[in-house]
Amino acid sequence: MIAELGHFALILALGVALAQASLPLWGAARGDRGLMAFAGSAALTQFLLVALAYGALTQAFLGSDFSVINVATNSHSQKPLLYKITGVWGNHEGSLLLWALILALFGAGVAAFGANLPPSLKARVLAVQAMIALGFLAFILFTSNPFQRIDPPPADGNGLNPLLQDPGLAFHPPFLYLGYVGFSIAFAFAIAALIEGRVDPAWARWVRPWTLAAWSFLTVGIALGSWWAYYELGWGGYWFWDPVENASLMPWLAGTALLHSATVVEKREALKAWTVLLAILTFSLSLLGTFLVRSGVLTSVHAFATDPARGLFILAFLAVTVGGSLALFAARAEALVARSWFAALSREGALVLNNLLLGAMAATVLLGTLYPLFLDALTGDKVSVGPPFFHAALAPSFLPLAIALGFGPLLAWKRGDLPAVTRRLGVALGVALAVALITLALADRHAALGAIGLGLVAWALTTPLVELAERLRLFRAPLAESWARLRILPRAAWGMSLAHFGVGLMAMGVVASEAWQTERIQALRPGDAVAVGPYKFDFKGARELDGPNYLALRGHFEVTRDGRPVAVMEPETRRYPVPPMTTTEAAIRPRLTEDLYAVVGEPDGEGGFATRLYHKPLVSWIWLGALVMATGGALSLSDRRHRVGAPVRARRAAQAATGD
Amino acid sequence: MRWNAKAAARAEAMRPKHRRLSLILSALLALGAAVAVSLTALRDNLVFFFGPTEVLAKPPAAEKRFRLGGLVEEGSVQRQGAEIRFRVTDTVNAIPVVYRGILPDLFREKQGVVAEGHLREGVFVAASVLAKHDETYMPREVADALKKAGHWKEGGGS
Repeated sequence: MIAELGHFALILALGVALAQASLPLWGAARGDRGLMAFAGSAALTQFLLVALAYGALTQAFLGSDFSVINVATNSHSQKPLLYKITGVWGNHEGSLLLWALILALFGAGVAAFGANLPPSLKARVLAVQAMIALGFLAFILFTSNPFQRIDPPPADGNGLNPLLQDPGLAFHPPFLYLGYVGFSIAFAFAIAALIEGRVDPAWARWVRPWTLAAWSFLTVGIALGSWWAYYELGWGGYWFWDPVENASLMPWLAGTALLHSATVVEKREALKAWTVLLAILTFSLSLLGTFLVRSGVLTSVHAFATDPARGLFILAFLAVTVGGSLALFAARAEALVARSWFAALSREGALVLNNLLLGAMAATVLLGTLYPLFLDALTGDKVSVGPPFFHAALAPSFLPLAIALGFGPLLAWKRGDLPAVTRRLGVALGVALAVALITLALADRHAALGAIGLGLVAWALTTPLVELAERLRLFRAPLAESWARLRILPRAAWGMSLAHFGVGLMAMGVVASEAWQTERIQALRPGDAVAVGPYKFDFKGARELDGPNYLALRGHFEVTRDGRPVAVMEPETRRYPVPPMTTTEAAIRPRLTEDLYAVVGEPDGEGGFATRLYHKPLVSWIWLGALVMATGGALSLSDRRHRVGAPVRARRAAQAATGD
Repeated sequence: MRWNAKAAARAEAMRPKHRRLSLILSALLALGAAVAVSLTALRDNLVFFFGPTEVLAKPPAAEKRFRLGGLVEEGSVQRQGAEIRFRVTDTVNAIPVVYRGILPDLFREKQGVVAEGHLREGVFVAASVLAKHDETYMPREVADALKKAGHWKEGGGS
């Protein structure tokens, strides 16, 4: 009964979305305020209906209603409560419903807080939102109905995949979707602006916080997925350049570019058409991400759902959305005229460079991800594009990006003075060179790579500090003045510095763990010892244990450094009888400075066990950096200039304080 | 400092259309450069996928990296220390594989497998054996390779 209620609510939501996608557009074209206002109430109704449907599905999972196919295949009566809740979105149908729910939530957000938007813009934004909702709701109802019944119902569910019962993975999709779907708002604003033929700072003030929020969520989502892969897959890796990972990286790169170019629209009324195009591309890449993951067109370690019919639907949806919006862009972009000019060497110029490099990186990832698909379709040759390609192809873009990240924030708007900026960045330049030289002198291996990497990292870490010091006129003005400046420094400025600092932290983790990690793979018998980096791993043996619903092989390592005991590490290999599968539970000793990572595998039949041991310096900085970046985004979001309905006066005062 | 002032003056003189044009041109230039770099990197780093029958028909050059896919032949898995030997079959032909390391959790006899490495004297030396998360999931290339060998029934393969 509850499932039918959910199904019915979803059908109603589709009807509401249909009305919301058409009537307000007509109203906006004719200047009919009543029809325009309808968009708001429709968006709220649509949200309530989708929420009802989502609640119904959640109830079916909580109550273990196995007459619903989705619950029967993806849940189990013995599943812990947390994983029953997260199990709702842990499958194809449910995850799409979550997509639709977040989409409707954001639409309702625009409806509820958009009182200060021009009515026609608000109506058009909500109509575009409803078009996207229409596509997704139709997709769910016609190809992926989560409420389908099965008769007779099975005695118990099928979904105890232990690999998926993990907090890192459980909360990875919602964050990812909050990011993907958040970009839909930027997209809706872009399309609405094209229809209106107008982009102004007020438009950018709306687009930027949504983009910022979406970007922060996506950053956390990607980091969670990477962290999960690191500790759960037992390979010690955190990024595999897998198509599914790339699918989330592409919108992130484009979204990062959008974030930066929207600033130029807001502050300087330039780069309008470019920003609108970026908004379209970012959301298109989000849709493509959904398409790649959900259709299973690519061989991937993450592909849980594989169904060509669904793929065809999303492909058509993608073609209509991307093709339609780009056609609209081609027709209307002329109307978006810049109100200001800027020299190549200026803050705007640096942001354009940022956009070009990030765009090039997104294009590179896209090429590497889709190339095997095209080659297969054209020639039948099966190829894979692995990490070496991405490393070789992305480095030429990333290096100048990291350098520009230091210069950009110090350049003045409109016309910058590079020699002056270079002078002010002298400290950072000195630190970077010193770090590079010290690395070159001290590193026992990968010295050149490490020197370039760490030099850049030092640059990326010190330039935000120099930039903050500049804003405060630290050491150049009396301390009291610096203190006064510190107190009025807008949070957006803190946010930017923090996010840039996070990039440096993450790069530090990547460089250090790639250049100086130690990997030891060998068969060990009880009593054997291996040196891993500065540590010694004594293998004391492995024994079989009974777990609650699995059989475990638990290895026992005693780790010492210079004879002093450091840790006892007990990795496991778990065999589950139902469903039959094996999982690796790596033993990890995470520290801020280094991770120790141990995996034990099957016996080799001669009294030994296959083992894999790692020493990974600074690897946790990768996720720490991502977290700092997302925190920077959140901090910037909390800036009162971004707050919806902030008085214009406060906005002006804050702008005057930052000197822009 | 003088060149900077000059550049600024020049920019001031540029009409919006020209600036937009130069923006678009620089964007295209960056994109072109990215594509050029990517294609070069692609040429050097493409890894082809072959089934056992294809490998025997025209063996890739020694030391040339490629991916080998098929089913793990029943009864072929042997462990010697950290070294594992098994055979990858498409039910018509089989290639012996040697791998040092820990196999992915879902590695099992009669299951689909994809290994990356190179051929040395008729033996495939695997640098990595790929993990698949789902026990019912058949790597697409493997399914195709089995189809090519003519012994694959849709839905009944694993």
